[in-house]
Amino acid sequence: MSTTVQLSRRRFLQSSLGALTLAVTAGGLVTIVRAADADSKKYGADSMPGGTVDDPLVFVSIAADGTVTIVAHRAEMGTGVRTSLPMVVADEMEASWDRVQVVQAEANEARYGNQNVDGSRSMRHFLMPMRRAGAAARQMLEAAAAARWSVSVSEVKAVRHEVVHQSSGRRLGYGELAADAARQPVPGTEQLKLKARADYRYIGKNQVRLVDLEAIGKGQATYGMDMRLPGMVYAVVARPPVVGGKLRRFDSEKALAVPGVLKVVEIPAFQGAPAFQPLGGVAVVARNTWAAIKGREALEIEWDDGPNGGYDSADFRKTLAEASRATGKTIRDNGDTLSVWNGAAETERFAAEYYIPHLAHASMEPPVATVQIKEGRAEVWTSVQNPEAARTAVATRLKLKPEDVKVNVLLLGGGFGRKSKPDYVDEAAIVARAMPEGTPVKLVWTREDDIHHDYLHTVSAERLEAVIDKTGKVRSWLHRSAAPTIGSLFAEGAKGQQLFESAMSAINMPYQIPNVRVETAEVAAHARIGWFRSVANIPHAFAAQCFIAELAHRAGKDHRQFALDLIGPARQIDPGDMADTWNYTESPERYPYDTGRLRGVIEAACQGAKWGRELPKGHGLGLAFCYSFMSYTATVVEVAVDEKGQVRVLAVDMAMDCGPQINPERIRAQMEGGAVMGLSLALTSEITFEKGRVKQSNFHDYQVLRHNASPRVIRTHLVNDDHDLPPGGVGEPPVPPVAPALCNAIFAATGKRVRSLPVGTVA
Amino acid sequence: MPQLNVNGQTREVDVPDDMPLLWVLRDELGMTGSKFGCGMALCGACTMHLDGAPVRSCVTPVSAAAGRAISTIEGMASDRVGQVVQDAWIENNVAQCGYCQAGQIMTAVGLLKTTPAPTEEQIDGAMGGNICRCGTYPRIRAAILQAADRLAQGDE
Ligand code: FES
Ligand code: FES
Repeated sequence: MSTTVQLSRRRFLQSSLGALTLAVTAGGLVTIVRAADADSKKYGADSMPGGTVDDPLVFVSIAADGTVTIVAHRAEMGTGVRTSLPMVVADEMEASWDRVQVVQAEANEARYGNQNVDGSRSMRHFLMPMRRAGAAARQMLEAAAAARWSVSVSEVKAVRHEVVHQSSGRRLGYGELAADAARQPVPGTEQLKLKARADYRYIGKNQVRLVDLEAIGKGQATYGMDMRLPGMVYAVVARPPVVGGKLRRFDSEKALAVPGVLKVVEIPAFQGAPAFQPLGGVAVVARNTWAAIKGREALEIEWDDGPNGGYDSADFRKTLAEASRATGKTIRDNGDTLSVWNGAAETERFAAEYYIPHLAHASMEPPVATVQIKEGRAEVWTSVQNPEAARTAVATRLKLKPEDVKVNVLLLGGGFGRKSKPDYVDEAAIVARAMPEGTPVKLVWTREDDIHHDYLHTVSAERLEAVIDKTGKVRSWLHRSAAPTIGSLFAEGAKGQQLFESAMSAINMPYQIPNVRVETAEVAAHARIGWFRSVANIPHAFAAQCFIAELAHRAGKDHRQFALDLIGPARQIDPGDMADTWNYTESPERYPYDTGRLRGVIEAACQGAKWGRELPKGHGLGLAFCYSFMSYTATVVEVAVDEKGQVRVLAVDMAMDCGPQINPERIRAQMEGGAVMGLSLALTSEITFEKGRVKQSNFHDYQVLRHNASPRVIRTHLVNDDHDLPPGGVGEPPVPPVAPALCNAIFAATGKRVRSLPVGTVA
Repeated sequence: MPQLNVNGQTREVDVPDDMPLLWVLRDELGMTGSKFGCGMALCGACTMHLDGAPVRSCVTPVSAAAGRAISTIEGMASDRVGQVVQDAWIENNVAQCGYCQAGQIMTAVGLLKTTPAPTEEQIDGAMGGNICRCGTYPRIRAAILQAADRLAQGDE
């Protein structure tokens, strides 16, 4: 990287937040931020609860037989983190991977540092702490060997699970050194000798398979859904069909008559804002899951729908569209967008409106938790993204001290943001409390529960307006977004997107346009709005990336070239120079917006797809790109659209620059998965409400991509791999560019513009 | 009181006739390899074989399985095709979260037993009922094609 960085020191989260504001991070933390405190703002992992821990004694233990046990402190939901972070430790400590065993940490952020797998932060925040832990362990082993041989530590070297005395050739295995090494002082950070990149054995090498790979293939891996304990009972819950609804009355007689049903337990409705509280309702406890489901069907319940009983997606769509046409709250303002627009000739003005519906996460494993309460302590076995939040929820519910709640983290059958909210764990605690002491309760969500009661991705209307002159220069850009905010989860009645939402691909964009204005409209939430893999980048990038393609078309220019011209030359931008914005909690010095890297992925994706090639009739290539979670992605989609308007995705080329590539094989897996998830939401997925109720219920009406619709070709292009850069996120960044690339491809194939998702068939 | 034959073993269960096989195996017999994903024959996570043919066990009443050979993911390591498919799954690093993969493998094994050299379209047709929310479809496809190759070589 040769470009010099000239970064202003503008503070984030400053004036635009006002004196006292609720700030919600994508990690689900709610903090009251005083403007005056903004000066002491911490970045990255330091801003997260628990921060980071790099103590080798916490993460590494070595048995006398040489087995190295490494703690995976973050939950596995499919990104590979349970493998990749221990792999980093093993590499730095020169442990042989075939002699490494991984154990999963229980919830304890004071001990392990932050454990919330959300926000594409695992590698971003824990690469260096894990390297330090591994290097420290290695140096302790070397010091132990040197002491044993009474030689200087500079004469010995750890190599593949042994320490070697270089001149004499003596060697001692890690097992033989374990006890002595554990008594060595832990070296301070400044004494650590981290490996040079050339010495890596596993980092960047694709030598390591998922630790659970074999067990998964044999059906032996244990997910939250698979927990079993002696005497365990099973529960399902009938929840209010409308968010904020309450139980008016219920009759459990018939339910209790169902064979196998043991008990019926009322779950209190939430108070105030929903946050991570259960929705309320009635739990049916039974000998097995099936009996519980049958028992629930036999419940007679009358609900009071409450204030959201009128929520209707068709009406709300109009509300959003209207809001997107009215002046909103300005959150970025450069130049004088309004007068340029007002002064422009009609032929120079261009506006377009986009719509993205609610989406459900629909991880293949629905939410599930097992809780047992015994002798003043609670033990939990569950699949959660945020174990510490689950511990807090259970401790609060049962009025226990957090140290009296043990949360065991099992594998997650997918998460995508849903499982960072531990409402289902809280439900299980409520039911366990109602059962005889010591009864383990497994509380299962069915697929219908999951679709009906998700923390949904928001629904949004996006309006963009631009003035583009005859030469194709974009003179002004207005992006107005109307969408219920995740902030409404934590503050009753919160309206207008939070800064962290607006920042994602709306405020934080680098186009060289002299007049830029970004506005958010104040619209209320009538559902539980949560974060969904890549969050607000989905609607913002969809709109902006389609709009750029539309502008290119108006200008009569090649989309790729037009986009590169709009981005301009390679440079590093402090997002704080765009507006008072949010930089994914990261420091703008470490993580500036690097347009060179953005250009790089666009070029790589286009090259991979052979952009500009001749295509058969009815085929089209579409491009889109995005910067999110400190990584740069670009996607080219190739589609074929037949006479009936059926869209078939033939190929996806996805390029990503996430800085150093720690486990490239898993990065590619995330890119492939992101492409499929992006196509699901683009092509078929939609949650709609009628009378406050979610209309869809299972995979027949909430459709996600299946084998037959999935593109046969997904080419992944990893670019840069610069280990001098701080790591970027991997799990989320692949998603946002997919839907706009698809719609741009459909336009190229048919001349028809799809501005509303899901695409369905092209009319 | 139905008697079940699961992976070659006889198991006694005391459950109502209409209880789906999936819950009988998971909750009553403690065999949790087969997964619950939808309960409506829409996702394939629960796929088992009845007399060698894939079924969605979440909608298969236990009474329909009595007296027939039930095989599950737990039994695949001792099935010739199952073993080859499991190996191909590992070699292609198919799994992300892995939750759907038991069902994917069971459907793929069923496919390869009747169609040893499947075309792309036959793979689509057979696998269309198995959802992977993590999006591992391209690797599943590659693993099936590889397993088909291996099986063909083994037969030569
Ligand atoms: S759980 Fe049986 S098909 Fe989904
Ligand atoms: S690997 Fe996660 S659902 Fe298929």
